[in-house]
Amino acid sequence: MAIERILKDDASEEKGERARMASFVGAMAIADLVKTTLGPKGMDKILQSTGRGQSVTVTNDGATILKSLHIDNPAAKVLVDISKVQDDEVGDGTTSVVVLAGELLREAEKLVASKIHPMTIIAGFRMAAECAREALLKRVVDNKTNEEKFKMDLMKIAKTTLSSKILSQDKEHFAKLAVDAVLRLKGSTNLESIQIIKKPGGSLKDSFLDEGFILDKKIGIGQPKRIENANILVANTAMDTDKVKIYGARVRVDSMAKVADIEAAEKQKMREKVDKILAHGINCFVNRQLIYNFPEELFANAGVLAIEHADFDGIERLALVTGGEIASTFDNPESVKLGHCKLIEEIMIGEDKLIKFSGVEMGQACTVVLRGASHHVLDEAERSLHDALCVLSQTVNDSRVLFGGGWPEMVMAKAVDELARTTPGKRSHAIEAFSKALVAIPTTIADNAGLDSAELVARLRAEHNKEESNAGINVISGSIGDMSELGISEAFKVKQAVLLSATEAAEMILRVDEIITCAPRRREDRM
Amino acid sequence: MALAFDEYGRPFIIIKEQEQKTRLRGLDAQKANISAGRSVARILRTSLGPKGMDKMLSSPDGDVTITNDGATILEQMDVDNQIAKLMVELSRSQDYEIGDGTTGVVVMAGSLLEQAEKLLERGIHPIRIAEGYELASRIAVEHLERIAHKFEFGENNIESLVQTCMTTLSSKIVNRCKRKLAEISVKAVLAVADLERKDVNLDLIKVDGKVGGKLEDTELIYGIVVDKDMSHPQMPKQIQDANIAILTCPFEPPKPKTKHKVDIDTVEKFETLRKQEQQYFDDMVQKCKDVGATLVICQWGFDDEANHLLMHRNLPAVRWVGGVELELIAIATGGRIVPRFQELTAEKLGKAGLVREKSFGTTKDRMLYIEHCANSRAVTIFIRGGNKMMIEETKRSIHDALCVARNLIRNNSIVYGGGSAEIACSIAVEAAADRYPGVEQYAIRAFADALDAIPMALAENSGLQPIETLSAVKSQQIKENNPHCGIDCNDVGTTDMREQNVFETLIGKQQQVLLATQVVKMILKIDDVISAAEF
Repeated sequence: MAIERILKDDASEEKGERARMASFVGAMAIADLVKTTLGPKGMDKILQSTGRGQSVTVTNDGATILKSLHIDNPAAKVLVDISKVQDDEVGDGTTSVVVLAGELLREAEKLVASKIHPMTIIAGFRMAAECAREALLKRVVDNKTNEEKFKMDLMKIAKTTLSSKILSQDKEHFAKLAVDAVLRLKGSTNLESIQIIKKPGGSLKDSFLDEGFILDKKIGIGQPKRIENANILVANTAMDTDKVKIYGARVRVDSMAKVADIEAAEKQKMREKVDKILAHGINCFVNRQLIYNFPEELFANAGVLAIEHADFDGIERLALVTGGEIASTFDNPESVKLGHCKLIEEIMIGEDKLIKFSGVEMGQACTVVLRGASHHVLDEAERSLHDALCVLSQTVNDSRVLFGGGWPEMVMAKAVDELARTTPGKRSHAIEAFSKALVAIPTTIADNAGLDSAELVARLRAEHNKEESNAGINVISGSIGDMSELGISEAFKVKQAVLLSATEAAEMILRVDEIITCAPRRREDRM
Repeated sequence: MALAFDEYGRPFIIIKEQEQKTRLRGLDAQKANISAGRSVARILRTSLGPKGMDKMLSSPDGDVTITNDGATILEQMDVDNQIAKLMVELSRSQDYEIGDGTTGVVVMAGSLLEQAEKLLERGIHPIRIAEGYELASRIAVEHLERIAHKFEFGENNIESLVQTCMTTLSSKIVNRCKRKLAEISVKAVLAVADLERKDVNLDLIKVDGKVGGKLEDTELIYGIVVDKDMSHPQMPKQIQDANIAILTCPFEPPKPKTKHKVDIDTVEKFETLRKQEQQYFDDMVQKCKDVGATLVICQWGFDDEANHLLMHRNLPAVRWVGGVELELIAIATGGRIVPRFQELTAEKLGKAGLVREKSFGTTKDRMLYIEHCANSRAVTIFIRGGNKMMIEETKRSIHDALCVARNLIRNNSIVYGGGSAEIACSIAVEAAADRYPGVEQYAIRAFADALDAIPMALAENSGLQPIETLSAVKSQQIKENNPHCGIDCNDVGTTDMREQNVFETLIGKQQQVLLATQVVKMILKIDDVISAAEF
């Protein structure tokens, strides 16, 4: 008797070994894809979108690469997801987490091939991950109390993060820039208040951090170009024709004269609104929405600088830096908090005119102006800087720091190896495999730099067998170096997130023994 | 044949377009049905028990789900076969009724079908088999009652509840921190439970998740978490002792349902309308302020002007809060949902000790925590995890654990897990079989064999020798007259499930047996399958 078909026609089902194989292969393919971008000598990828315009992105950032891929393999999707989460949560280490998960699965595949049950492997991985975390915790350095040293740590972390990115040439410059920007936030992780403006032209070195706030807008014609000791009103209100909001209202007139009357009344209404705004005693008015010509002219007459159509983020930031509140009604000017700044002026960057607010009251927000040869460079620079800023802001909250350059992996591998030796039973194989997967990260860093990875990693391992070793890979000189001297540091939070989410993802994929794919939904053809 | 003749000898058609339909009759139909049912059971078989594997499901839109939960697997499987759909229904009804044991019920039904097939081959009539199964299931349910234990728990003595929830969680991916999740689930259920009436309304427990962090960061919040932030960026992020106005009317000018037009034909009217509009906004905010609210939660949006007025009058507000969440907030804070500004009074305000906004990660994700509520009867379980699939799977696992805890509050009887209950039933049914004269005896014996399938699958999934292990445990049960011997899945070294603390709820187990038997009876009674032609 024929076996009944249970699933729908196009649905497919893969079982046991085949299912496991499919997910291993998919996950490893993804890991291999981003592997070459790891480390200071990692290479970039070009991504071409399939959409109209075939826009091109050049990047080194794992999360960006994976986000743009169209993937069919469900296991690969798990890896893409962890990389995305890593990006949202800590901002950096997006490549490492995928590579580690891939390596874990590669080792697991060997174990499965030698007939060890996936559940045993998972149990081993879990023990190993816990042990690795403990090992890292033992070696963390926390300089929270010492401000001077803490700042040094931040600098080091920033440099380490940036060194694998396009900004590596000017990492000193950018690291300082990022640290300054993050320290201004005073512990908040709200990166929204750091504005990044990209302007093509000049070189990356010309990028700078501006203490004040720069708004990418032009000053209206006939309005003052420079205001000292400005009182700023930040508003979100309609400055075109103010609509009547009562539902169902409409104008119904029976003669032209009345139309004119109504129009006059409308104008009068706008004029009153402007007068009310002016009554705040301001000399600068920033609105989120459009300002029509008529009110603009009124503002110009009053000698007030009016800036229209600042986007929502811009408004929020401006309110944050100048200390004003975002106003929508203007009936009681005495109680509305105005923003203040020492100087508003128009500046030129490249060919564009921008408005700069300097000497602001609250120093939280700041602006980074990136300069660079092309849009691609600028986009990538922004991503890199964003990574650095994320890591730094997280470090400010959790100030534990580790060394970089493959050092944490070797420390973990050593601890995990010891655990493997003392664990009885089949689990020890899995634990051993975990340590092998950890070592794969320094190996990849060395490989990407064109170094003899086998030799280097072996030497590194020997070095780490001594107590309290700070040895890591010095990619520049191609040898083993002392990481504390070289000043290569990484944030503990990033490493921990990498370790835990990679293990979690590997575990998830290992537990699967059957893949059921539903029939893809048919898109209805649009006419 | 399906062709009949009337008294004049003309054929009349019973089934339209017969040729295009496939039709199976008699034994063939039963066998086809059984094989379909079994293949569904086969898919789930490997997911059973603490060492069970997960399934990866890829939806029509390409979203990936990884799960161990029987009901979820079957629901997402895109099943086409009618009998297979029955099995899906079976697992779903177990999910609705009990919430846990959705995999077990399907495996049991599968093995009942398997045994039935053998009996059919020997020429026993399907109805007799069904009757035998019915008798046997009654014996099994009674026996379960006999071997069940009552166990005591109270507000402070939750250990036994936690242990039972842990048994449920141990088969899921979250078993790494099952202790913590079990405790959270039990505490959540006890917080909302009505111990007098022995009832729990699970709707009062909100399970929410956000990616990032690790599973250990999952927490229980005595209050509500809403995925929203303050309507104005400069409103205070933390409010102590909040008086909450819960509104379902927008901060916008009224929109009467009846069609109307306001005609403006003179300048004066234009002016008055404008004044009225401003007055309207002012009144709304003033009204909230007057009754003493310090936080406004609204189901709808605000106009920019209203937003600023609220901010200006120092009245923080949250907009676009969903209906369900609004209800939960109302329950938790003891407030009333107010549909019109005119009806707002001080008594209708909800009270909460602390309302705060919390941000996550590097993105601009913010959530609103409403804590220390006047009435802590609504709680939130807030899950963190490495990736989206993990969160989803954790949600499902927590749901199972919550259901188990609820069932225990309804009925505090438990049976022991690890297949021990099934083995005990199997022995009891086997012994009872001999007392029945007639063909049913065979069916009852087959039922006993079918019950063995669950411990067998458990042993198989744990990498043990299934037949060897099962027979050892069975003989031990009979020898020691101890119905608590089960399969030692975790290699602890003892087969006594009392020592291993593996519990399951009595009603869950009974329901499994009853539901599985019912579905199998239904399938056995089908002797004709007519399916429409393929297009």
